[in-house]
Amino acid sequence: MKVEQISIFLENKPGGLTNVTRVLRDTKINIRALSLADTTDFGVLRLIVDDVAKAREVLKAQGMTVGRTTVVGVEVPDRPGGLYEILELLSRENINVEYMYAFVERSGENAVIIFRFDNTDRAIDILLRNGHRVLPGEKVHGL
Amino acid sequence: MIYNQEFETLPREALEALQLSRLRQVVARVYHTVGFYRKAFDEAGVTPEDVNSLDDLRRLPFTCKQNLRDNYPFGLFTVPMSNIVRVHASSGTTGKPTVVGYTKRDIETWAELMARSYAAAGLTSNDIIHNAYGYGLFTGGLGAHYGAEKLGASVIPMSGGSTKKQIMLLQDFGPTAICCTPSYALYLAEAGAEMGVDMKSLRLRVGIFGAEPWGERIRAEIEDKLNIMALDIYGLSEVMGPGVAIECAEGRNGLHVFEDHFIVEIIDPVTGEVLPYGEAGELVFTTITKEAFPLIRYRSKDISRLMPEICRCGRTFVRMERITGRSDDMLIIRGVNVYPSQIESVLMSIEGLEPHYQLIVDREGSLDTLEVQVEVSEDVFSDEVRALQNLEKRITKDIKDILGVTSIVKLVEAKTLERFEGKAQRVIDKREI
Repeated sequence: MKVEQISIFLENKPGGLTNVTRVLRDTKINIRALSLADTTDFGVLRLIVDDVAKAREVLKAQGMTVGRTTVVGVEVPDRPGGLYEILELLSRENINVEYMYAFVERSGENAVIIFRFDNTDRAIDILLRNGHRVLPGEKVHGL
Repeated sequence: MIYNQEFETLPREALEALQLSRLRQVVARVYHTVGFYRKAFDEAGVTPEDVNSLDDLRRLPFTCKQNLRDNYPFGLFTVPMSNIVRVHASSGTTGKPTVVGYTKRDIETWAELMARSYAAAGLTSNDIIHNAYGYGLFTGGLGAHYGAEKLGASVIPMSGGSTKKQIMLLQDFGPTAICCTPSYALYLAEAGAEMGVDMKSLRLRVGIFGAEPWGERIRAEIEDKLNIMALDIYGLSEVMGPGVAIECAEGRNGLHVFEDHFIVEIIDPVTGEVLPYGEAGELVFTTITKEAFPLIRYRSKDISRLMPEICRCGRTFVRMERITGRSDDMLIIRGVNVYPSQIESVLMSIEGLEPHYQLIVDREGSLDTLEVQVEVSEDVFSDEVRALQNLEKRITKDIKDILGVTSIVKLVEAKTLERFEGKAQRVIDKREI
């Protein structure tokens, strides 16, 4: 039910993102989804890739600081109010969303949103109990 | 103007005779009262009786900051605490400060040296002195304060900070002289101009600036922006505080060392050999009148040169050239002494950080800036920006709490800072002095 996300520390200077994407291209790793959180000085690039272990290995070999985080891929009905229902449910249960970002591709009729929760296991449990679809990791990495 | 005509113009021969008799007394006193000195003298194979001329001074061992730290806090005092009326402290190379103590007579001596310094700058009891040196453990504030009172001038005990208020009082109280760090003087000039105050038309006519190295370029800038005469004052808390040496208004070429209270030498910082007048090296001071905390051959780490030529002001005291550098890696940032090793120990106290850092010192407008670049190791990395920002804030706060200096902490990518074999060069100082 969980998705492995890798994250990379990047200083805010030209060439940082280019470098990461070049390394991934050279090793034929495909980026499934990404988000970049930034401040004035630095950014954190978060990636969902098709081969997590290999991506970590090749990026670290380049001297980059690479982190690994467990996130959750949730199917969100692609209609007005779809995301609201999920967030409303979670906030009622006191689950905090640290960050989230959308997947470009869809899962059938639904959009896919990647969530980072403060309590991943409980969040998954609540979502499942309330009839929401949480995507298995393999599915997300291969979408 | 000369505050103490008798002593400040002593013929060289009489001055040296006075120095020798005072030196012999202090050497005997430290040998018999302080274990550290007895041990150091014994190891060097000298006794107080071996000091029969000023040249014999070089037979005595040096004292350095590490010795002060080893005897923290009061181990080098030669009098019981009941005779100590005040302590001051300056930051050391690690967490613990360097502590100095004064008897009542030491405070009087110090006040006289500061009064002499003001007089050398052309100030009298008719002057109003705006004292913007920090009051507290730092010797600057109280040192300058007591000297101003000794002179009989009116002193405004402003201390540092509250720049807007400083500018208001500079206009309203009409001080004729100001004491602070040279960089703060420039900052006041700029801040005042920004507030629409004509800083050239204040009643200020003299500025006495010290606690950090500064050169002729900064002097010209201060003199132009504040329309004053800017003079350099030198001191270090271990030796006394401000008022060890002062530039005179007449000569403005080197700082007179108050040699009736301090013997100054210049040494080769590597070999420790005493250098002749005129050669550049490290300043070494021996205090010959201090009661509570005498120092024998204290290595200042400040680089200068001694000029024996008689000055046109009439003082017979030797002059030291304005400080041109340091023989260690100490930085002075907005008047605060900072050693890279202190920053390193702050970083190392944070779990997960690695000792890869770089310090970039620069000047923004007139204020020194300190940027601390720290590599992000895997242990401290987080995919949440907030966690990384909190780490930056924590480092900034720890540095401020322990060193008393404000810094900008910047996280940088791992393995991007230079690695060193042998002596690390962790500081990039872009300031021009």
